[in-house]
Amino acid sequence: MAAEGTQHPLKIYWIMWGALFVLSTFSYATDFMDDGALRTSLILLFMLAKAGGIVWIFMHMGWERIALKLAILGPPVAILVLIGLMSLEGHYVEDNRLQHYGGSTMEPQTPGHH
Amino acid sequence: MSEAVLDSGAEAPGKQALVEDWSRDKQVFGVPWGKAMMWIFLLSDTFIFSCFLVGYMMVRISTTDPWPNPSEVFALEAFGYPVPLLLIAIMTFVLITSSGTMALAVNMGYRKDRKKTFWLMVATAALGATFVGMQAFEWTKLIMEGVRPWGNPFGAAQFGSSFFMITGFHGMHVSAGVIYLLVVAFRVRNGFYEKRGGNYEIVEIAGLYWHFVDLVWVFIFAFFYLW
Repeated sequence: MAAEGTQHPLKIYWIMWGALFVLSTFSYATDFMDDGALRTSLILLFMLAKAGGIVWIFMHMGWERIALKLAILGPPVAILVLIGLMSLEGHYVEDNRLQHYGGSTMEPQTPGHH
Repeated sequence: MSEAVLDSGAEAPGKQALVEDWSRDKQVFGVPWGKAMMWIFLLSDTFIFSCFLVGYMMVRISTTDPWPNPSEVFALEAFGYPVPLLLIAIMTFVLITSSGTMALAVNMGYRKDRKKTFWLMVATAALGATFVGMQAFEWTKLIMEGVRPWGNPFGAAQFGSSFFMITGFHGMHVSAGVIYLLVVAFRVRNGFYEKRGGNYEIVEIAGLYWHFVDLVWVFIFAFFYLW
């Protein structure tokens, strides 16, 4: 019973492995782009594609029963709510700091000069 | 719902499968308990790492000081030029490679090829140890440049606390994984599981943990290093 769906031909792992290398290269390449909505969406796109591949193929979630899929993949959706709330809170705190303490006077060094 | 379906472990189509699994008065998930428990542990770990990353997001949004540019902070000198995120990119590829060897080890485990399983798991652990070594180098470099959990010369003080907390907790997971993999690998080799019915499910369970560590790195790489 346990081995059900776990003895796949090796081909799928090689494909997934190659795909992860390509996607990671793309992820790294976004670091050379200018900041903006395009770069942010590409970071998220490559991140989700890699995460999906790891969970679905390497962790075999694609072959598990729907009861297990929902029990494990369902609850993390709640994290999206936390992200939303904390981002609102974060902007509120930043506004308050700017209003009451003024903008930053920090003059940071550039890294890498020693 | 038919008894035959339950006994064979086959899954009914669609939503019916969910209802049947939860209502049949025995184990729900139809997987060995160790695997179900590992998944539930990983779910709880997901929440821990999410809290760290959300905390990092919150302090980064709310600080009025400029955030240090990770692209410059983590640049390394190579071929006479500073290459952004060089070491981090190499670490990413090392971890992905280790995920690949782990996936092959799980497959070889189910084929009961003990020798290949052992060596693939040792290779996975070695790549994991390499990753931790490079992380130690990264930490040393940053500490020598004056990055501390309470401040740094490059910008917002929260950068250091987020960095040490998130990568430290992840590095701890990788280190624990290396030990876990080596224990299982040597047990595979010395026939420990042969005495327990020759069941190599444990290789897949260890593999789940290892892939999860790689999975967390995907998110850390995107949110901490690239964002």
